[in-house]
Amino acid sequence: MTASIDPALQPLAAQPSAFATLRRVIFDRPATIFALVVVILFILVAALAPLIAPYDPLAQSILDVNKPPSAAHPIGTDQFGRDILSRLVFGSRNSLIFGFVSPVLAAIIGTFLGVIAGYFGGLVDRIISRVIDLLLAFPELLLAILIAAVLGGGFWNVVAVLTVAFTPGFARVARASTLAVKQEPYIEAAVAVGLRTPMIILRHVVPNIAAPIVVLTTLWIASAIRLEASLSFLGIGTQPPNPSWGNIIRDGLNNLFGSPWPIIGAGALITLVVLAFNLLGDAVRDALDPEASR
Amino acid sequence: MTRYIVVRLLDAIPTVLLVLTLVFIAMRILPGDPAVAALGDFATPEQREAFREKMGLNAPLWQQYLTFVVNSLTLDFGASMMNGRDVLGLIAYNLPYTIELTIASVLLGVLIGVPFGVWAATNPNRAPDSAMRGFSLIGYAVPDFYLGALLLIVFSLNLGWFPINGGGEGFLDRMHHVFLPALTLAFIKAAFLGRLTRTALLEVLGRDYIRTARAKGAREPRVIYRHGLRNALLPLTTGLGLTTLTALSGSVAIELVFNRPGLGKLLISAIAERDYAVIQGGIVVFALFVVAINLAMDLAYVLVDPRIRVS
Amino acid sequence: MTPDLLRLTDVTIEFGSPKKPIRVVEGVSFSIGRGESVGLVGESGSGKSVTSLAIMRLIGGRVVQGRIEFEGRNLLDLPASALPEIRGRDIAMIFQEPMSSLNPLMTVGDQIGEALLLHGWRDRTKRRERTIEMLRLVGIPNAEGRLGAYPHQFSGGMRQRVMIAMAVACEPKLLIADEPTTALDVTIQAQVLDLMKTVRRELGMAILLISHDLGVIADVCERVVVMYAGRVVEEADIRTILTRPQHPYTRGLLRSVPRRGHEAERLYQIPGSVPPAGSIRQGCPFRDRCELAVSRCAEEMPPMFRFGPSQSAACWVTAAAEGVTQAGAAA
Repeated sequence: MTASIDPALQPLAAQPSAFATLRRVIFDRPATIFALVVVILFILVAALAPLIAPYDPLAQSILDVNKPPSAAHPIGTDQFGRDILSRLVFGSRNSLIFGFVSPVLAAIIGTFLGVIAGYFGGLVDRIISRVIDLLLAFPELLLAILIAAVLGGGFWNVVAVLTVAFTPGFARVARASTLAVKQEPYIEAAVAVGLRTPMIILRHVVPNIAAPIVVLTTLWIASAIRLEASLSFLGIGTQPPNPSWGNIIRDGLNNLFGSPWPIIGAGALITLVVLAFNLLGDAVRDALDPEASR
Repeated sequence: MTRYIVVRLLDAIPTVLLVLTLVFIAMRILPGDPAVAALGDFATPEQREAFREKMGLNAPLWQQYLTFVVNSLTLDFGASMMNGRDVLGLIAYNLPYTIELTIASVLLGVLIGVPFGVWAATNPNRAPDSAMRGFSLIGYAVPDFYLGALLLIVFSLNLGWFPINGGGEGFLDRMHHVFLPALTLAFIKAAFLGRLTRTALLEVLGRDYIRTARAKGAREPRVIYRHGLRNALLPLTTGLGLTTLTALSGSVAIELVFNRPGLGKLLISAIAERDYAVIQGGIVVFALFVVAINLAMDLAYVLVDPRIRVS
Repeated sequence: MTPDLLRLTDVTIEFGSPKKPIRVVEGVSFSIGRGESVGLVGESGSGKSVTSLAIMRLIGGRVVQGRIEFEGRNLLDLPASALPEIRGRDIAMIFQEPMSSLNPLMTVGDQIGEALLLHGWRDRTKRRERTIEMLRLVGIPNAEGRLGAYPHQFSGGMRQRVMIAMAVACEPKLLIADEPTTALDVTIQAQVLDLMKTVRRELGMAILLISHDLGVIADVCERVVVMYAGRVVEEADIRTILTRPQHPYTRGLLRSVPRRGHEAERLYQIPGSVPPAGSIRQGCPFRDRCELAVSRCAEEMPPMFRFGPSQSAACWVTAAAEGVTQAGAAA
């Protein structure tokens, strides 16, 4: 009978079956397999960029300015004679890093804020919620642009910008989920048994709100990649001469009459990778959070 | 109804103050020394001191805050540090182009997206529905500035149907200039609105009152538009607000692609030139716009939903 | 006897994919005369709602067999484009959920007016007058003042009155009422049933009342059709059903209706539950819950035996006990 008030006896959120569903969701849909292949290729290319890229992405060559695609330069060259393919290959590293780092950082910070607000309520909740609501009124891109306007470009600034842009969304989901979990009897039991609040939050709240947070994180990888590209395109993201898919298009636009190939190549890659991560995010959502899918 | 409107309007006041506070915190505290940020690393100490004095950065923080809030609310953003022109004047010149682009793209987006969504919802799991799904997948993935660049290359550069840059003079010319940029944003908005229309309409068409409408002898077009779409307008109103907001943020990159005047272009150039006063003014105006659009979205509910209107 | 207004013959309805059909209604036949009120009774899952929706051709399933004749015309043969003219004008319908059956964004005046407009009431003023008249008929106080009110401003009972006003505005020959009082409080239930009787008397229309509650049907109807697991199992006039039910299922239903003076007794409950649609392939679908079941019940579905001039029931055991051998539905 003592077992019935043991706080460790909380429902186990059906973890194993979620994994099985994920596997089924991925392998039952051709689109998801396609997405998975694209994502794996993308990660491999980014990781092995120095081995794959035929040229140094920064090496200029006056003799090879604005070349159309050829055997030597499969996607041609830009106005400085740099090899587009090599720049795209190295640019994938930026997309990969920003695509993963910002959503994960935002998930951590946002979950922290949301759980604090949801668990403790009161004034803390009122302040956090108000700021979250306000920031959520801004589209992520606009928020990112406005913050970048203050901070300027550069690697860590872009990480900060994207993280701030994504945090409110995580905080809202974490807050709402915490409010729901707080009503569960196992939390009451944990309090009754005398478990300390940080332990309750870490052991009983966070694991039980993990599913929607994980879903949101995967869904936002695609957004982060697109946002980084947008910021770099606007000149407030990755700074030249470092290649990023966004600033390759920016350079291409200044050289429209020279060659359209940098734009076409980089844009197609962004579209493909964002599409793949969107499809994958949908699959993860369908597997872990069936109620959220429609 | 009046009460609802008044409450919403009053609610906007603390929101505006909170926005200004956040902007203030971001501008004054986060980037370290604004004088360094604005003048660069190579400015002399005297230049920095002069800058601080001019921007009122030597005053106590609370005084700076008050000045900032009052100036922002009276739209007094000072003068550009690059060319000495009045920031409000710069904004006033550029703003109409951005509004024009935003409105045109939302209108086009609705004209393309909503009928597409209706078509998909009335043919669920058939070809139109699959087309809608494909369209929205592409729409969610393709970056607006890339799509804009492609349209620019094809229709302006190669075919010469549309101008390559600028905002245009006179109504027809301006419409000619705004069409491609608006179409770019509209394509992406249409993907979102179409998907939303489909989902909302499918949901509504399963409701009991749709069966009632059929039972009293309404024909399908009447069932779908008068009873279905009218009720689907509730979620669509939110969607329209979101669309307007994202069109506004998308306009920044699109103004750059099509090299047309506008608030986004102004802000981006100011960032490149570290024109502190223009950046601050631009951020405040953008932020106020967002608050205004959200407010408009709330008020639009009143028009659409009698459950709010009558009670 | 007047010629039938509505006659269903051997109606069979399937849901699901054509490859793996699920039979929800099988071989249902009954008829309704002009101005007659007929009750369709059965537990949920008996196929009574599906049958009534099929008459309006408002179901997602397929009528794979049988005829639904209205004034001699088979409704199943009509093209979809001909249906809106019949719906609302010849046959009208009200539903179980008054809360969700009215369009929340239209005033009740507009919703009743729409029914009129759809069936030829072009003149606005006349439409308005008629709408007010209808609201008065169904007992909405201050009818004129409430034309511009929205459904959310009415209570559940009042909304059902609005539904009735809307349904009968064009004086249909048949009103189908699918569990019209189930979602309402008991006191409101009685009022709405009284209203249906009044409206029927005033407008002289036939009523098909679908309910799981034999008491409700006894209050309004002259004749009863009992359905079980997608089949008609008994049909008789209300007095006969109440005094001499012949199908064991009807007897069970009767014993489960609370009666005045017997409140203290524990209500009878038919053991078990309705078998899932399409699960019965052979024999009588009620046999597993039946106290009288014999081996023949598992082998062969009984036909409708004629127990009297106005009564027929599908039971091997009671037919044998009464010495009834003649098959065929009641007149």
